[in-house]
Amino acid sequence: MSLDTVDDVLVESRGEARAERTRPVRSTIVDCDVHPTVRTAKDLEPYLARRWWDHFTTYGLRPKHGNATADPYPKAQPRAARRDAWAPNGDQPGSNLAFMREHYLDPYGVECGILSPLNPTGQGDQNIDFSIAMTHAVNDWQLDVFTRLEPRFKASIVIPYEDGEASAREIELRAGTADFAQVLFLTRTSEPIGKRRYWPIFEAAAHHGVPVALHVFGYSGHPVSGTGWPSYYIEEMTGHSAACQAAVASLVLEGVFERFPELKVVIIEGGFGWLPSLTWRLDRHWQKLGAEVPGCRRPPSEYIREHIWITTQPIEEPEDTADLIQTMEWIGWDRLLFATDYPHWDFDDPMRALPRGLDPANRRKIEAENARALFKLG
Amino acid sequence: MARHIVATAREIPEGGRKRVVINSRPIAVFHSKGEYFALYDTCPHEGGSLSAGKLTGLVQSDGPGDYRLCRKGEIVRCPWHGWEFDLRTGQSYCDPRRMRVKSYEAGTTRPSEAVEGPYKATTFPVTVDDEYVFVEV
Amino acid sequence: MTEAILPAGAIDCDVHPVVPGIAALVPYLDAYWQEMIDVRGIEGFESRAYPPMAPMSARADWRGPDGRAAESVEPVRRQLFDQWGEGGAILNCLYGIQTIHDLSLAAAMARAVNDWLAAEWLAIEPRFRASIVLPLQSPELAVEEIERRAADKRFVQVLALVMGEQPLGQRAYWPVWAAAERHGLPLAIHTGSAYRRAITALGWPSSWLEDYVDQAQAFQAQVGSLVSHGVFNRFPGLKVVLSESGITWLPAFLWRFSKNWRGLRIEIPWVERPPIEIVRDHFRLTLQPIDAPDGATFERIIDQLGSDEMLLFSTDYPHWQLDGDQPMPDWLPAGTRRKIAVDNPRATYPRLGEVPSGGDR
Repeated sequence: MSLDTVDDVLVESRGEARAERTRPVRSTIVDCDVHPTVRTAKDLEPYLARRWWDHFTTYGLRPKHGNATADPYPKAQPRAARRDAWAPNGDQPGSNLAFMREHYLDPYGVECGILSPLNPTGQGDQNIDFSIAMTHAVNDWQLDVFTRLEPRFKASIVIPYEDGEASAREIELRAGTADFAQVLFLTRTSEPIGKRRYWPIFEAAAHHGVPVALHVFGYSGHPVSGTGWPSYYIEEMTGHSAACQAAVASLVLEGVFERFPELKVVIIEGGFGWLPSLTWRLDRHWQKLGAEVPGCRRPPSEYIREHIWITTQPIEEPEDTADLIQTMEWIGWDRLLFATDYPHWDFDDPMRALPRGLDPANRRKIEAENARALFKLG
Repeated sequence: MARHIVATAREIPEGGRKRVVINSRPIAVFHSKGEYFALYDTCPHEGGSLSAGKLTGLVQSDGPGDYRLCRKGEIVRCPWHGWEFDLRTGQSYCDPRRMRVKSYEAGTTRPSEAVEGPYKATTFPVTVDDEYVFVEV
Repeated sequence: MTEAILPAGAIDCDVHPVVPGIAALVPYLDAYWQEMIDVRGIEGFESRAYPPMAPMSARADWRGPDGRAAESVEPVRRQLFDQWGEGGAILNCLYGIQTIHDLSLAAAMARAVNDWLAAEWLAIEPRFRASIVLPLQSPELAVEEIERRAADKRFVQVLALVMGEQPLGQRAYWPVWAAAERHGLPLAIHTGSAYRRAITALGWPSSWLEDYVDQAQAFQAQVGSLVSHGVFNRFPGLKVVLSESGITWLPAFLWRFSKNWRGLRIEIPWVERPPIEIVRDHFRLTLQPIDAPDGATFERIIDQLGSDEMLLFSTDYPHWQLDGDQPMPDWLPAGTRRKIAVDNPRATYPRLGEVPSGGDR
């Protein structure tokens, strides 16, 4: 993230109207994907050793792509955020707790929001030691700036996932703090996420009973698909679901769930429509070819049903909502976790995103009950 | 139908907008290129408030790699998922047949006209010298 | 012959003749390349996509005593035509010429494979048709190969792998699609990779099984690429046949892609209607493998696609997709069988009607 200010965007948004939050809230939700960020990078200075603050201000983040200002695929809205999520004082979306209470937590009836910081975190940085220092700092920052001030927020244990052992140490450090609800990976790791280099992370998480969340994005150095680098943001965005498929296939076929039977995994912000087909494809081919992967001892669908949860956002929009409900049924009503992705532009509104025609009991599971059970919320 | 006074003209400068509620309907009033437009404020997609959206032009194309920006200032993009709505007609560009917002007539008037019917100014203070924006609902 | 489940005249749209080894191709190379094969000891270009002894590469009972399969006409015609009663089959040769880095060598090998197909398959068995194997590493040389074959109506399609050098919608490939459209040749995009890079966004999987499962992600990206770049604006006559893709990934992908398009139209403004509509018009899918647990689920997925014109019968012979004696699932209703085995292939491949069934070229 650049250390520059964003004045030209702020000037515009000050001139724009603020939507009044007048719609009534029917019931509370657990939001399994909220993105906090800093007001400026300087917010992290207190949490970093001098040496690493100096490194950061000198070299910046060094993910495996070439754009120093922002992302290589330009976003659809400024900072990939809802245009109405900028605080009145100009603080960028997701950085001002007071505004988030007024604009998001209160009106949407959020009983609990699970924070997934995305930027700046140092995850996937080419400098692994910086990644270790930065992720540790971000974890301290989440406590100070968000969860200790707002009990409705839970934090993620942000880990330097390319170093399995260092990540396990960070998990050991944080797992006893109730503020942390999950361990956070980005999906685009440098090797498929089920590989043994990542097993210390699964071991630590499973040992402490903390779910492991895989949130889309990450710059692994690989394009979003094996076909090569897409030209357009729409291709890159749409391709995130494919990266999630690669992650699930890897976890299952590498035998991660066989090795760590207590492990729980949450897939975040990839949508969910793709999961049934992937499950069927895995089952079908494993039936014949499973001898190659002895670590996967049971049909893949069993591991997926037992170990994987998935957030709803960005919710798919088929022409016929009956198809969406059918898809949810194929996945399992206890597997789906509602998420808004606040404050991002592809936000799902809790009042409108879920299809009409859902059985009310299933709706409540998705909106809150599944998450309460998974994250052991009070 | 009645013409409701919703703002002074000064309150909604060129490029500006105001969200108002008339007969329980949230309405976004825009001032663009010298004209006033009013659209039902709630995006039919997931309910984003169009009054917080970006005014832009219509992007058209004659083919791959060709981009034409026309009708600048006549399109509002929902502040959330970016659906485009025509300020004049309320139709969306992604699904013009099925997805649109209602558009309302809007314009300005002077108080000499305002105090005579059919303008409604009951909730809005009117003084002698100002120009006012109305929306017909 | 198996009790007839196939309608008469059924066209199998994905069958794989296997090159027995580079020696089979040498007669079709020019003097220079023949000399290089010999002097440099070039052993061949079989692809890792289908290791010959891997279980998926051939069903056990379709292998010869040496363990290999589909290396000559006789066993193939016996199974497809005598045993299953097919009316015709389209040959997709997956010999790994796309893995070659030297563009001239790639083009020479592609030409040799196509010559081998013409001489040793198409000339021998009039019910065979073939895809033109393309050295897409060089779009220019790929166009030359299309032009070389276009007059031979037994070639009914052009063949690309789902993972090559770049996403197939990109402009570098447009001269190839222009030539394909011009000559009435659909583009088959087939499972497999040139392995120019890791096959997923997360890198290289450990197992062949995982690699195979991951191929569906590449199909999603190629649909995204072709539609986003406006290939069908430019080439409205082009049809794309997603071959051996698994099928059931497509509706959910289209829901996601179409949803994004509604807000991101401004980025690709030449895409004037929802991607799901463009795909219905321009894409077809071969039947095997069917990534669904049962017939009812599969029919639900086909409903979600909203078109009965998209499926093309295939067995993927000799790949091990089918068990038992039948070439297609018996839970497919008779009307659907005819549609996917006869009507849809004939509509997709205009050249199928152009060669007299008993004659040669």
